[in-house]
Amino acid sequence: MIKGMMSRPENTKLYWKEFMHQCSEIGVGSLGIVSIISIFMGAVSTVQTAYQLVSPLIPLTTIAQIVRDTVILEFAPTLVCIVLAGVVGSKIASELGNMRVSEQIDALEIMGINTKTYLIMPKIAAAILMIPLLVILAMVLGIYGGRLAGTAAGILSTDTFDKGLMDNFKAYNVFFSLMKAYTFAFIISSIPAYYGYYVKGGSLEIGRSSTSSVVVSCVMILLADYVLAALLL
Amino acid sequence: MIEFKDIKKSFGSKLVLDGVSHVMETGKANLIIGSSGSGKTVLQKCLVGLLEPDEGSISYDGMNFIDMTQEHRKELRQQIGMLFQGSALFDSMTVEDNVKFPLDMFTKGNNSTKQKRVNEVLERVNLEGVNKKFPSEISGGMKKRVGIARAIVLTPKYLFCDEPNSGLDPQTSMLIDKLIYEITREFNMTTIINTHDMNSVMEIGDNILYMKDGRKEWTGNSKDIIFSKNKALNEFIFASEFLQDAKNMRMLEAEGKINPNDIAH
Repeated sequence: MIKGMMSRPENTKLYWKEFMHQCSEIGVGSLGIVSIISIFMGAVSTVQTAYQLVSPLIPLTTIAQIVRDTVILEFAPTLVCIVLAGVVGSKIASELGNMRVSEQIDALEIMGINTKTYLIMPKIAAAILMIPLLVILAMVLGIYGGRLAGTAAGILSTDTFDKGLMDNFKAYNVFFSLMKAYTFAFIISSIPAYYGYYVKGGSLEIGRSSTSSVVVSCVMILLADYVLAALLL
Repeated sequence: MIEFKDIKKSFGSKLVLDGVSHVMETGKANLIIGSSGSGKTVLQKCLVGLLEPDEGSISYDGMNFIDMTQEHRKELRQQIGMLFQGSALFDSMTVEDNVKFPLDMFTKGNNSTKQKRVNEVLERVNLEGVNKKFPSEISGGMKKRVGIARAIVLTPKYLFCDEPNSGLDPQTSMLIDKLIYEITREFNMTTIINTHDMNSVMEIGDNILYMKDGRKEWTGNSKDIIFSKNKALNEFIFASEFLQDAKNMRMLEAEGKINPNDIAH
């Protein structure tokens, strides 16, 4: 499928339009869910970390460090991408599946359009551009949510939290997180595209392929998460 | 003209097309008829390249389609229009955008020229005032007409129609048939229609290929059908007593034994 995508676009302007449309669908369309998850993810991390760090020998700034690192290293890329696998992945699979079943893909083929290039490439490219941006947003909002929850629950002051954020910060962690985001973005877009594009049958099969694509994407994300951690950390 | 010889196609162990050969003529409505499962849709898909035949040859005005490179096929496909059974309109686009899509993709004219052409073809298929509607907001007959408009917007040399009348009432079916027939003559296209609508067969069947069990069973035109002695064809076309009576009437009329003006309406 990937090989079939690599052909010269028939009309660059229309492909660009489709790419921008997909950026809006994948990026802007997922802003709400990503924001909500990130804020609560950070907030819960702060409260639960504080609950476990009961020793007076451990400074409160450690809570902020733990929240920062867990959000950047794991929660923002992995958790957000697993949610996006459901939101974006099922949408891609069902959209392409519906186009296949209702012969819209055949209609494009008959017109002389490379459907893999026109329908799949903009989705994968848009996901690779937008998902890392969503992950960066999730990092920021996750940490901000942790900061809010820390002060709201009276666990630590904003000054203490901010000081903890600065302690032992490693920029490499952000790089590692973005590497994960790019890998997961490819998984989230390509696997559902494959399932949707090659669906056979009717609406029942579209539903099945959509579900299968989300399950396979999630498993692949977890597998890739482990492999990247083992290789890059 | 589209000529195909000895087309064979199997799916697993099931042989769906068994050496079908025929010539589809330019400027005529070429009909492929046959009962469900006779292989007519598979044959049409092989002709347009959506399926690859296992054996045989296909030529478009002398150009060998089977051996063509993908690039050449892409060029040829810009001369092919196709009307799908379910119309296959793009759900996310309005009627106007659906028709304009091939123009946007393959032509370099400015927007007003394209818009003019879109309005021309929509007017040609008797569709006005629906430009901004989505496919979900129009009737089945209108969808077919939008499908035809999209298929002819680039003035193709070849027009393929897969069951153009399915799901339509008899009156709308006749309008669609008439429209396809007129367009075929007007643009001198090679039109290939898959159908099992008997009205279509009798009204626009210039060149008919009857298929049975993946084989060519009979060829001729709508006039030949009346006098055909082919048992399978007669059972298929004149399946009901009403149609059998109509056939007998036509035969008597052709032999001059009755005058159609004498028959009370």
